[in-house]
This record gives sequence, C-alpha cells and structure tokens, in this order.
Amino acid sequence: MTLSKKEYGEMAKKASPNTKFYLTLPKAFVIGGLICTLGQVFVNYYQSLNLGDTLSGTATSVTLIFLSALLTGLGLYSKLSKHGGAGTLVPITGFANAVVSPALEFKSEGMILGLAAKLFVISGPVIVYGMAAAWLYGLYYYFFG
Amino acid sequence: MKDERSGYRFTNGVFVESYGVAVGKKEGEGPLKDCFPLVFNDDRLGENSFEKAESRLQKEAMRLAFQRAHLNPVDLDVVLGGDLLNQCIATHYGVRDFEIPFLGLYGACSNMAESLLLASLFVDGGYARRAAAVTSSHFCTAERQFRFPLGYGSHRPPTAQWTATAAGTVFVGREQRKVRVTGGMIGKITDLGICDLNNMGAAMAPESG
Repeated sequence: MTLSKKEYGEMAKKASPNTKFYLTLPKAFVIGGLICTLGQVFVNYYQSLNLGDTLSGTATSVTLIFLSALLTGLGLYSKLSKHGGAGTLVPITGFANAVVSPALEFKSEGMILGLAAKLFVISGPVIVYGMAAAWLYGLYYYFFG
Repeated sequence: MKDERSGYRFTNGVFVESYGVAVGKKEGEGPLKDCFPLVFNDDRLGENSFEKAESRLQKEAMRLAFQRAHLNPVDLDVVLGGDLLNQCIATHYGVRDFEIPFLGLYGACSNMAESLLLASLFVDGGYARRAAAVTSSHFCTAERQFRFPLGYGSHRPPTAQWTATAAGTVFVGREQRKVRVTGGMIGKITDLGICDLNNMGAAMAPESG
C-alpha cells in the first residue's frame, strides 16, 4: 500500500480525536472569568483603602502575580490550567506561571546558567514582540498621533 | 515496503539470557503493572534531579538482569544503549559503574529495537559472548528536553503522547534459552509529512508499516 502525503494527512486527521470544545470552552470561560472576578475584588478592596485607581490596579496585578507564583511553586497552577486552558493562560497569572515554572524547572542546573538563563524561556518571545509592538506603536503615535 | 537489504537472520543462535525492568508510578498502575518487578513511586527515586533518577532506573534494570541470570558485569562484552536526552546522558551515568565496553545509541522511540538488533548482530557474528541492550526514558526529563517545564500550565491535545518513566534491558547470548532472537530488520525513514509535534503516533506509524 502506497499512500501520498496528502492521503495520509487526511487519514491521520480523521483518526485523531478532536478537543472536546463543548467542555473546554465553558471551562475556560468560567475559570478565566473567576480569575478576573478575583482581580476585581482586589481592585475594590484596594480602592476602599483609598489607594486611587492607578495604584489599585498596580496592587491588584502584584497580588495576582504573587498568588500565581505561589500556586505554581506548590504545583497547583498546572492542575488548575488543565481545566482552565486559555482561561488561566491569558490573564496576568498565566504570565507569572510562564516565568516561575522554568525557574523551578531549571534550578537543578544551577542558579546562573540554570535558573537565571532559562527564566524567560517561555515568556521571552512575549516580551520581545510586546516591546517591538510598543516601539512601532510609539513611532506611529509620535508621527501621526 | 520490505527491503531485502536490511533483513537479517541470526542462524548461529541468539537467545535472551536475562532481562530487567524498572518503572515509575504511573506505569506501575497501568494495564501492564503485573509485568514490572520494580516500581518506584517517587519520580526522583530519592535523587536530586530527574536526570539522575532516569540513570538510576537503568542501573536498577541492569542490576535486576544480572541477578536473574546470576551473571556479573565481566560476563558482558558490550552494552548498547541510549535514551532521549542530550548526549544520552542518562545511559552514560546509568551504565558507567558496571565498567562494560559501551556504545551509545540514539533511536528515540526505536531505541530498544535498535539496541536489541545490534546486540544480536554482535552475538550472532561472534564478536561478543554476551551483549546487553538497554534503553530508558523519564516523563519529567523528556518534558524538559522537548516540551515545557512541568509547572507550566500548557495544554495537551488529545493526540499528545505521554513519555514512559521506565528503563529496560535485555541480555542476549549464545546459551540456549526459551526466547530466541531469530532475525531483525532495519527500517527506512518514511516521512509522510506529519509535522504536528503533538501527534507523534501519526508521524511514526508509517515507519513500522
């Protein structure tokens, strides 16, 4: 039996089970939504301490980052994201998880060439292209804004 | 797709004289659990890194094989083995202390078949009285080498494979036993264009066709 690449690709596609989107989408929506609601709770709390809008936002980010780092360290964040999917990946907590998890993973290769060098192995591209997009936007804003 | 160039018949008699297996927790709970004499419930096996744990798995599998056949490292003329890591590091440290002539192999998923075939060729050709084929993998070391850190909340699609935490070794020699290696065949690379990193089953299936 000789198959062309196209035929085989179609066969493989047919045989591969699909993601159960009717389960993953609602779970991502609910868990992601709960994280955002938690953020709003912190915002309201910090505002009630008269921190003002900007500082409340910053303090909320810091709190969520701390909680995510803590949960990652306890090995719980990956368990949550198994259900949360993009709901746990997209908020700021996902970014914190992307920085803390390599730190823990590569600690065994040393503090400098392991932990420090590999710290941004996942989040690095986000930072690089995020900065590049910011520069482009800044230039556009400067000349045409 | 058979090709006569790569097929071998071992006519001088190559027998499986001993074997050893050591596995991790998940494997010890699976459908083959009764086949595993040595199950480690600790992913690190008490070592301080997963890589060292993988080496330990190999060492334990080898030890078991020596015990089973009442053999010593001097009775083996060559060890052929490998794993999934850079420079086959788990195997190097795994077999180091036995002080047996060693050749490192990298066949990834085909490593056990590759090492067994070569070990049988050594024995059948008369170049070794007895040869060991050894292979290991560890879920945690493979994730680090090829995918994401363990604590990272990435999602696995339903087609993603799970790397086994296990090591196995087979000693082949000339002494007559129940299991005999009668022949082997080297596969060709068959690439049918599957590029999905999370569907290695589909990428590898044509190779064994």
